[in-house]
Amino acid sequence: MNFSLIYQLFKKEIILELRQKYALNGILLYVFSTLYIIFIGFQKITPEAWITLYWIVILFASVNAGAKSFIQEGKGRLLYYYGISSPQNIILAKLMYNCILIAVISFIAYIGFLIFFGDVIDKPWNFALIMLLGSTGLAGVFTMVSAIASKAKGSATLMTILSFPVIIPQLLLLIKLSRRAASMAISNINFDIGYKELVGLSCINLIVVIVSFMLFPYLWRD
Amino acid sequence: MTLNRFFKIYVPIAAIVFLLYAIIGGFLLPVPARFILHETIRNLYFHVPMWFTMILLFSISLVNSIMYLNKQEEKYDIRSSEYINAGLLFAVCGLITGMLWAKNTWGAWWVFTDPKLNGAAILCLEYFAYVILRGSISDERTRAKVSSVYNLFAAASIIPLIGIIPRLTDSLHPGNGGNPAFSSYDLDNHMRMVFYPAVIGWMALGLWIANIRIRIRNLENKILENN
Repeated sequence: MNFSLIYQLFKKEIILELRQKYALNGILLYVFSTLYIIFIGFQKITPEAWITLYWIVILFASVNAGAKSFIQEGKGRLLYYYGISSPQNIILAKLMYNCILIAVISFIAYIGFLIFFGDVIDKPWNFALIMLLGSTGLAGVFTMVSAIASKAKGSATLMTILSFPVIIPQLLLLIKLSRRAASMAISNINFDIGYKELVGLSCINLIVVIVSFMLFPYLWRD
Repeated sequence: MTLNRFFKIYVPIAAIVFLLYAIIGGFLLPVPARFILHETIRNLYFHVPMWFTMILLFSISLVNSIMYLNKQEEKYDIRSSEYINAGLLFAVCGLITGMLWAKNTWGAWWVFTDPKLNGAAILCLEYFAYVILRGSISDERTRAKVSSVYNLFAAASIIPLIGIIPRLTDSLHPGNGGNPAFSSYDLDNHMRMVFYPAVIGWMALGLWIANIRIRIRNLENKILENN
């Protein structure tokens, strides 16, 4: 592990993104078109639907974001990475980049939901923490699954098939926690913010990161 | 080889003897009369051992995946994938027996709020995804490597969630959310006498099926090499 190299790789991803503006803009366009369709379909939604739809939108946006990290990477560039760095550095850099990308997307999607459907979250800082944990978990799973799927044929479909079983339990936890953060809007609910679930989610994120860190080198060698 | 002997002689004998006893005894021996459950309590001898067997087979496959990544030998990959195939059979049987039981006691085929049911569904999805992943890679070494990595990655990130969360929240199953577990007082000594042999029998059957499939795969490989 080499921190300056990780930082360099991470900076490279950011610079590439800022130069091409392809991933972020594409995903934002996706988020807003989905929001518009939801708005036309529902007009007004309940707080439960608000939270569930929010996480579904984030889920599909982050599938696209994650797929970019290995599946859409050119073969030559991967070979170049192999030459300059050890696999651990690469997976950590990609993970950090995806985590920040998904966090940005979820923040912008939150603003979009605010504009279209009004605010239901009454503990914003709590929700910010949930968003951060959620984006770390989603980034961890999608980065690793995209590395796995890039080795197979028909990777785009495979990406969703492989990642959804892993992501569903996390998403259930995120929805449960977000309902707690909107307890004023959702009637008859207890006001506990859900420490057990928060701890559980953090542990899962840690496990996902450590396991990707350990398993990625096996995928890398060809 | 002793392990070979174990799989070829003792496991089949155990499977046949214990399962004959468990099926005949399970349907004929006395069971305690319980409200709502009534005679469906006999499903305990089938539904619960299915999941125990599935857990055993999937755990063996995880160990073999780790071994494959360490040693890169093909036999570990064959074992790991065949234990998963056999485990999936038991998972499907567990789902079917569970759905029948749920229809007769809870009144519905499937209950979406029960964390154990969600966990079972997610676990099945994961291993079906594993089968699809294997199908989509044609190169043998890549297939073995990638599927071992996915097996370990998915298990490490799913099992804590579906193994811990159900114990934190309410479930319709015995032993959760105030419902008594069978072991506390529901499972009386008459049932124990059938239940434990049934567990051994189904586990032996699972190992037997997996072992036959592994031997078939090995023979197929041998034929391919000779041609």
